[in-house]
Amino acid sequence: MSQTSTVGVPAIELKQVHKTYGSGDGQMVALDGVSLSIKQGEFLCLVGASGCGKSTLLNMLVGLDQPSAGVVQVQGRSTLMFQESALFPWLTVGSNIGLALKLRGIPRRERAAKANELLRMVQLEGLANKRPHELSGGMRQRVAIARAFAQDVDVLCMDEPFGALDAMTRDLLHDELERLWIERNLTVVFVTHNVREAVRLADRVVLLSSRPGKVLDTFEVDIDRPRRMDSPQVSSLAATITDRLRQEVRRHVND
Amino acid sequence: MSTTDDRPSPGQSGLAGESGLEAAPIEAATIEQVDSQITLDQNIAGLDALDLAATSPRLRGARRAWSALWPKLAAFGLALGIWQLLVWSGWKPTYVLPPPADVFAELWRLAANGSLQAGVSITLRRAAVGFSIAIVLGVLIGAPVSQIKGLRTAVGSMITGLQTMPSIAWFPLAILLFRISEAAILFVVVIGAAPAIANGLIAGADNIPPILRRAGRVLGASGPALYRDVILPGSMPSFVAGLKQGWAFAWRSLMAGELLVIIANKASIGVQLQIARDLNDATALVATMVVIFVIGVLVDSLIFGTLERSIRRRWGLIETAR
Repeated sequence: MSQTSTVGVPAIELKQVHKTYGSGDGQMVALDGVSLSIKQGEFLCLVGASGCGKSTLLNMLVGLDQPSAGVVQVQGRSTLMFQESALFPWLTVGSNIGLALKLRGIPRRERAAKANELLRMVQLEGLANKRPHELSGGMRQRVAIARAFAQDVDVLCMDEPFGALDAMTRDLLHDELERLWIERNLTVVFVTHNVREAVRLADRVVLLSSRPGKVLDTFEVDIDRPRRMDSPQVSSLAATITDRLRQEVRRHVND
Repeated sequence: MSTTDDRPSPGQSGLAGESGLEAAPIEAATIEQVDSQITLDQNIAGLDALDLAATSPRLRGARRAWSALWPKLAAFGLALGIWQLLVWSGWKPTYVLPPPADVFAELWRLAANGSLQAGVSITLRRAAVGFSIAIVLGVLIGAPVSQIKGLRTAVGSMITGLQTMPSIAWFPLAILLFRISEAAILFVVVIGAAPAIANGLIAGADNIPPILRRAGRVLGASGPALYRDVILPGSMPSFVAGLKQGWAFAWRSLMAGELLVIIANKASIGVQLQIARDLNDATALVATMVVIFVIGVLVDSLIFGTLERSIRRRWGLIETAR
């Protein structure tokens, strides 16, 4: 389902990635030999129950954490979006984007124009002087997307970015994210608890096991875009994945 | 919608894979997509308009000023009333506890002959100089202590210790070090206010939500850049609280200093208070106390209160009817 001439070039390579926290009796294995190859321009969703090491994985992809063993290779720039927008409350919307540009080394005189351009891209033109708290949750997430694009990224990692939004806003943001992904030829790694959301968005859904995190199963999503979360094909694949996920969760009953 | 034309579409690649479906369906798919894009834009714009309309307008201008002012006036009136009642009760003779009217007449007299203004100007100049030095010192100490772990362990509790130390306890040493001079007064003002300011900055750095720190690092800020662009601006609410507390300490230290360290030809407010006491002039004494109180309140509410409110408004910490 990837759609560009660069199909097949891996944007992300994970080889036998292990991550353990602590030592001795208190040792916790977060990731246990995760290997994944993510193509450039691919939209990959990671699904798993609690304790599957999703956040650890994302942190490694953006360099906030290092593996205990194994290799993590990311081509180009990567950034991470959170469930909260994590916009800086002391800055206006425009300056939040401007700060990302500044940290990337864009000269001051070019920043305002670029910030406005990015706001136009997420359809928030003219709101540069608003404060983050004046916007709705969905609008704040779109500003966060614009801020991520201000970093001129090739790989966008998202940690349940729409988890706190109402269903209507979330559906619209799915459409919006899909449009931007296509326009910008991005590689997206999207973590979610919501299996339907994963099927709605992904080229490939990777199911992770919990404690320790391992790749349990992979599902290619061969459904034509644009998709709807409530379409029968999406629902049917989501049901299959959910069954597999429940099977994994039951395994922990006697832990 | 200029981007729509050259946009590679997943619909196209999906269709191209199936033989027999040639140019016409692809075109149809593209048109359909333009339509759905317009619908998406409208949906989003509609939600945005609803969300933005939900914010309530703030009261403006005179009405806002009045709504902030009248409770203060009412409280002031109440305090005056209690004072007057106390005088009328005959608990103390009026040469010990003068009635409000006499005190305000005395204030008027002091203002008319210029000694009030002269005293206020000497005292406020000292306050401004001492407090400014305290801010510089507080920031120079607070910033590194908040960021460097070893330094924090070493001097963190010492700063809090200094903050709890009554400033008047410093005066004997200050007078030994600097004799009866401006420097002795300033020394105690600075040492009274700087620890509170440093602590405000340290607490601010501690209380930044971890997600904002992470966001800063993800944006590529680390080391000094992370401090300048994320931690320092994020510390502002706590820093202003520290300034406020620092001001209270500075003002107290200054008054104590002016009572203890009396410098010739400098009829500061503290000196005027001391003279009133020496002359058993209760009316002048209370009048001077009123001046000390009013300056303390005005600086706190006009400078720090305004600063605090503007930060809270910008950060969205003031509740609005959303």
